[in-house]
Amino acid sequence: MNEQLQQALMDRLVAMADDEVILGHRDSEWTGHAPILEEDIAIANIAQDELGHALIWYELAEPYTGNDADSMAFFRDARQFRNVQMVELPNGDWAFTMLRQYLFDAYEMALLTRLMTSQYAPLAEAAEKIRREEIYHFRHSSIWVERLGLGTEESHARMQRALDHLWPYALQLFRPMPLDAHLVEAGFFPDPDQLQTAWQDVVLPHLKNADLTPPDAEPIYAHRHHHTEHLVDLLADMQLVARSIPKAVW
Amino acid sequence: MSEEKTYEEKLAEFEARIQRGEKIEPGDWMPDEYRRQLIRMISQHAHSEVVGMLPEGAWIPHAPTLRRKMILIAKVQDEGGHGQYLYHAAESLGVDREELIAALLAGKAKYSNIFNYPTLTWADIGMIGWLVDGAAIKNQTMLAHSSYGPYSRAMVRICAEETFHYKQGKEMITIYAKGTPEQRQMAQDALDRWWWPALMMFGPPDSQSIHTKTLMRWKVKIKTNDQLRQEFINEIVPEFLALGLKIPDPDLHYDEETGNWVIGPIDWDEFWRVIRGNGPMNRDRLEARRRAHEEGAWVREALEAYAQRQRQASMN
Repeated sequence: MNEQLQQALMDRLVAMADDEVILGHRDSEWTGHAPILEEDIAIANIAQDELGHALIWYELAEPYTGNDADSMAFFRDARQFRNVQMVELPNGDWAFTMLRQYLFDAYEMALLTRLMTSQYAPLAEAAEKIRREEIYHFRHSSIWVERLGLGTEESHARMQRALDHLWPYALQLFRPMPLDAHLVEAGFFPDPDQLQTAWQDVVLPHLKNADLTPPDAEPIYAHRHHHTEHLVDLLADMQLVARSIPKAVW
Repeated sequence: MSEEKTYEEKLAEFEARIQRGEKIEPGDWMPDEYRRQLIRMISQHAHSEVVGMLPEGAWIPHAPTLRRKMILIAKVQDEGGHGQYLYHAAESLGVDREELIAALLAGKAKYSNIFNYPTLTWADIGMIGWLVDGAAIKNQTMLAHSSYGPYSRAMVRICAEETFHYKQGKEMITIYAKGTPEQRQMAQDALDRWWWPALMMFGPPDSQSIHTKTLMRWKVKIKTNDQLRQEFINEIVPEFLALGLKIPDPDLHYDEETGNWVIGPIDWDEFWRVIRGNGPMNRDRLEARRRAHEEGAWVREALEAYAQRQRQASMN
């Protein structure tokens, strides 16, 4: 593997891990506060899975980053994270959280399905394992989109508002990273444009069935090293104990 | 048709079954008082699991490693699952979950006093696992032998999971007690704050416990509050001492004759004060539950509307 390909692979692995760790953290904030007990349980489960996936991606990246998963999650600042902005936004209401989860799950399903045939074997193996869990997340968030989209006038209005807010952010998922071309050429990673098409083919009809319409808005096309203020707050929460005694074993 | 049995005859049969060690099942005849006591105990237990998600959930965002974060989320998730399972057990006695939750939110139902104390550092998460879950397991292992079938079976399952929580908590405190000076101090501080509330979890002393006598006769409970408390103290004191942690009780001593660790007086005034709603976190806990319930109202309405729509669609 040449140096640029290694760098590109590391960037992507860290980006995938960062998406998962930040989304997992946000999901876990619902534990104990969900609208029904069954959903406290479900979202806690999803949060654990996402954090578990982050662990897998960080570990795959470790030979290149030289840092273990906990150093990556707890000892980098906002400027060093490579997650998309969508996952760092505060949870909002249940509609916002479920819709974000849906848009992300659909992206992950499309991505993992393609990564299963990646020419980089560790990526293919991990993708297969992760996809088995993601199928359940995707089913769970898909049904919530339908329930809330078609539920009451209020739930529909909340979902549409969430979609108006989230849609431009969701499109950031498909912005290529600077070295992606090397990955695509090596058959390590799918072409982001194709990924977007595959995602839209799933998401658009499902939203339509749920009576929801994506806004005609310009995508948030920031690079993955650009963040909102919310990530700073999130990291302050997340890194509080780890950084209080940096050399400690927990 | 056989002659209708008198209440006394039915009661005698019921008590004979319990004496023989049989389990009472939902459809079986039972005295109203037995049903009432079980609903009280099981629903309090269910509420405790649900309210108990809050003090520990508060530290999920701050967990110091990914592994600890996942373990803590899994633990709080288990508590939600226990709540769900126990509400089902209560429903087998003819009440429904909505009604029980309404009583909780109205401040009319009790839950374990321990959750009215605040979690102030990360070490509290370990101490709750070890000390608080340890005390809970002691009580629940006893209740696994309870005469009411659904409660007893719920306890068997819950104890198995609680044992994991206990081990994880003990592992954490053991690491922190041997860790950096700051970690050691955190562990000691956590023990200082949780020790007495944990001992109060076994309930008032036998001399003041209004329910114990009846509950023991019907084998809902098979040991008294004081018996369980003493067993727990005897088990856990040597373990803390072995780690070099200090028990916050100047009167604590070992009695050679009885083989018991004897503690100083428990502040029962504090216990009753917290039960009456004046602990450090009572208002906050209920408010958090109410907020989740109120803010989730539109979601539950949407669920209902959607389900109705599905039913109509399947009829057409």
